[in-house]
Amino acid sequence: MSYNFAYLDEQTKRMIRRAILKGVAIPGYQVPFASREMPMPYGWGTGGVQVSAACLTPDDVFKVIDQGADDTTNAVSIRRFFEKTAGVAVTEKTAEATVIQTRHRIPETPLCADQILVYQVPIPEPLRFLEPRETETRKMHGLEEYGLMHVKLYEDIARHGEIATAYAYPVKVEDRYVMDPSPIPKFDNPKLESPALQLFGAGREQRIYALPPFTKVASLDFEDYPFDPSKAAHPCALCGAEDSYLDEVIVDDAGGRMFVCSDTDYCASRRDTGEAA
Amino acid sequence: MYVAVKGGERAIDAAHEWLADERRGATDVAELSIPQIREQLRLAVNRVMAEGSLYDPDLAALAIKQARGDMIEAIFLIRAYRTTLPRFGVSAPIDTGAMRCDRRISATFKDLPGGQILGPTFDYTHRLLDFALMAEEGAGATPAVAEAAGAARAAGGAEATALPHVAEYLDREGLLQPEPEDNTPPRDLTREPLDFPADRPLKLQALARGDEGFVLSMAYSTQRGYARNHPFVGELRIGRVAVSMDIPELGFAIDLGEITVSECETVNQFTGSKTEPPKFTRGYGLVFGQSERKAISMALVDRALRWEELGEDDVGAPAQDAEFVLSHSDNVQATGFLEHIKLPHYVDFQSELELIRRLRAEAMMASTGPQEAAE
Amino acid sequence: MTPLLQVRNIEKRYGARIGCADVSFDLYPGEVLGIVGESGSGKSTLLNCLAGHLAPDQGEVIFDTRADGPRDVRQMPEAERRMLSRTDWAFVHQNPRDGLRMRVSAGGNVGERLMAVGARHYGDIRQTAGDWLTKVEIDTARMDDRPSAFSGGMQQRLQIARNLVTGPRLVFMDEPTGGLDVSVQARLLDLLRGLVRRMGLSAIIVTHDLAVVRLLADRLMVMKSGHVVETGLTDQVLDDPQHAYTQLLVSSVLQV
Repeated sequence: MSYNFAYLDEQTKRMIRRAILKGVAIPGYQVPFASREMPMPYGWGTGGVQVSAACLTPDDVFKVIDQGADDTTNAVSIRRFFEKTAGVAVTEKTAEATVIQTRHRIPETPLCADQILVYQVPIPEPLRFLEPRETETRKMHGLEEYGLMHVKLYEDIARHGEIATAYAYPVKVEDRYVMDPSPIPKFDNPKLESPALQLFGAGREQRIYALPPFTKVASLDFEDYPFDPSKAAHPCALCGAEDSYLDEVIVDDAGGRMFVCSDTDYCASRRDTGEAA
Repeated sequence: MYVAVKGGERAIDAAHEWLADERRGATDVAELSIPQIREQLRLAVNRVMAEGSLYDPDLAALAIKQARGDMIEAIFLIRAYRTTLPRFGVSAPIDTGAMRCDRRISATFKDLPGGQILGPTFDYTHRLLDFALMAEEGAGATPAVAEAAGAARAAGGAEATALPHVAEYLDREGLLQPEPEDNTPPRDLTREPLDFPADRPLKLQALARGDEGFVLSMAYSTQRGYARNHPFVGELRIGRVAVSMDIPELGFAIDLGEITVSECETVNQFTGSKTEPPKFTRGYGLVFGQSERKAISMALVDRALRWEELGEDDVGAPAQDAEFVLSHSDNVQATGFLEHIKLPHYVDFQSELELIRRLRAEAMMASTGPQEAAE
Repeated sequence: MTPLLQVRNIEKRYGARIGCADVSFDLYPGEVLGIVGESGSGKSTLLNCLAGHLAPDQGEVIFDTRADGPRDVRQMPEAERRMLSRTDWAFVHQNPRDGLRMRVSAGGNVGERLMAVGARHYGDIRQTAGDWLTKVEIDTARMDDRPSAFSGGMQQRLQIARNLVTGPRLVFMDEPTGGLDVSVQARLLDLLRGLVRRMGLSAIIVTHDLAVVRLLADRLMVMKSGHVVETGLTDQVLDDPQHAYTQLLVSSVLQV
């Protein structure tokens, strides 16, 4: 039995493309779309997969990362899915890819204008944990009622002395919509302002949203407690990079640990060019 | 030197091979056939068809086999397959009034035209393990038993004359809240994003696809007082109905075949208001196959969700909250999202780890700082 | 002088039953209007219609907006109406739990309205919240505590601070002293009177407690069965009631 190019039928892809175009036209706005049941579980990237399927053409070069790495099991699984159903070329090199599907990271290598970054999004609604009702949060977005979001940040500072959100750090897009950048570490937030097209797909929650190239993306903060994208001050133990996001790895029974780049392609290419520590 | 974890591809391949081996189990036991599952685990097949939203007993049996008996996994397989099927058209609404009933009971009237038909039910069995079934061959299938069952089935089948719905009798007296006629095609949950407020057809659709356990628990909660609605099973009927479709080229409808469905209509109390005399109201459940627990549960939840339309109070019960019920009834969605927390979250966890270390360090500094300065 | 609020022929029915009907009045800047009546008289329905919590079946509620002068609130788009209700309007609920976020600290409760209108300096927000806590006689040491740890009187004072922090021009109060002990009531009334006079607030206070309006209100409206039966200056209505119902109300309740 053979499936259509990139699995989804053309009608469905067209429906998804319309949602993407609407998302691009209203940056940061969550567009409802009729998410299809995919042959992988909800919560495992069905939104990203549908967006990728709608974007891919036979000439594309596709890259998939999960936690920054090409070799994590779910990244492998999704990459295989498109190798099988779309027959597109795949790569692990960020610079060579035209479409990159990601979960939880933005690649360290700066993206350029002819690339599309597709995010897998578990909960697209940044207000969800303040207000569980979809009917209410849609109204809050519509009326731009974001006071409650700042109350949460205020409470963080009052209790912890700083904004205690480390990932999925909310942003405001083009001074209008508050948006969840998906669970990327806040270290990645500055990279959301990019020459590449960024698309966000939430399959289970049936939402697509977008950041067109060079969209203004501001992380929420206070004037006297500005957004701080810093990370732990370690260099990568493998390539020596000081500017990349690191995974902490426990290496022995005594709890010894080392820090290595979470972006495996970035780390490998630095080591290839002899910049290893 | 440390080498970053590699080998995801090999791990996946190995896992799949192991899984296939486990699925087959010991090879000295004969492999299950699809007809065996379809015929002997029919209620499992029914559930997979109902929640998978696809009426195909053979595919449902295949899914159960492939899923090693994990029902939600089997439902998921059917859903994923269903989404790839081309859609040729939409059938006419089935006429359950014309059902050829295998089972038809009413808890509200002792006798009624057409009578009570008990049918193949667990209801009055004593739940004692039947060790005779442990025998490999032939248990329960003595020619005499088969003949008796065949005769009973034929009696039901021969009752080709339609059995009237119990509700019609109450309706005739004006005792039942009339349901508004509405011929707008219902929204399709599988082709449009779920949107609130949801109308009744959409709610019923979600409930029909919803997880049996979830719908059962919601219904049960209404019985225990969380939005109690005093249900009586007005009628439960299970049987075969024809599915027909209008063929524009032909200019008339043709029967495509027959499906088995379970239908439950509850009769619920309604106090009425000062301006309106009291009337009974109803809840409705319709499910593929013989799935009567699900059909009754669905009717109770449907009734609870109708509080607004019927002018009742919102007592804040979970079963009254359409957004809550509809957003959480789908087990394929639920299981996917629940199980996704098995996926790597190294990055998010790392960022939390750094944050909590920093906050703790600051807290320590704040409490021990002055002391150190004094030393 | 333009009235701050002009109410014209407000009517609200619940099926055949009248919630309130035929209510019209003007409220001038700096004026405090008391609405009294027993429970079921329609005073809370009226207040909720005025404040936009209930949609009246007919009538106009014309507010003198800062930007565009008098406008019918009912004709405003929802975004504008919500903006109004978090800037120029305030609503003090009888039960502080309805007007507070119980899981947010006292400081956060007061700061919310500031943040909702764009305040983005944590230190300033905290400073203002602290000032307001002091004004309503809550120790600033309690600033990071949640209202659930507060007494009923403190919760009510916190609700008042949360409402007044953006300097609203019109405050709706629904039985602000209901459910409090008598001694706590007296302290709250005293505080309210001070705030109303100092800030020159305009307010509409619904209560069944004539002592409250005696202390706070310039003018009174007496309601019975959804209709206004008597209006006038507070002292005049209380000391020389004309309508039989008002006479009954005054004689039966006001033994002070």
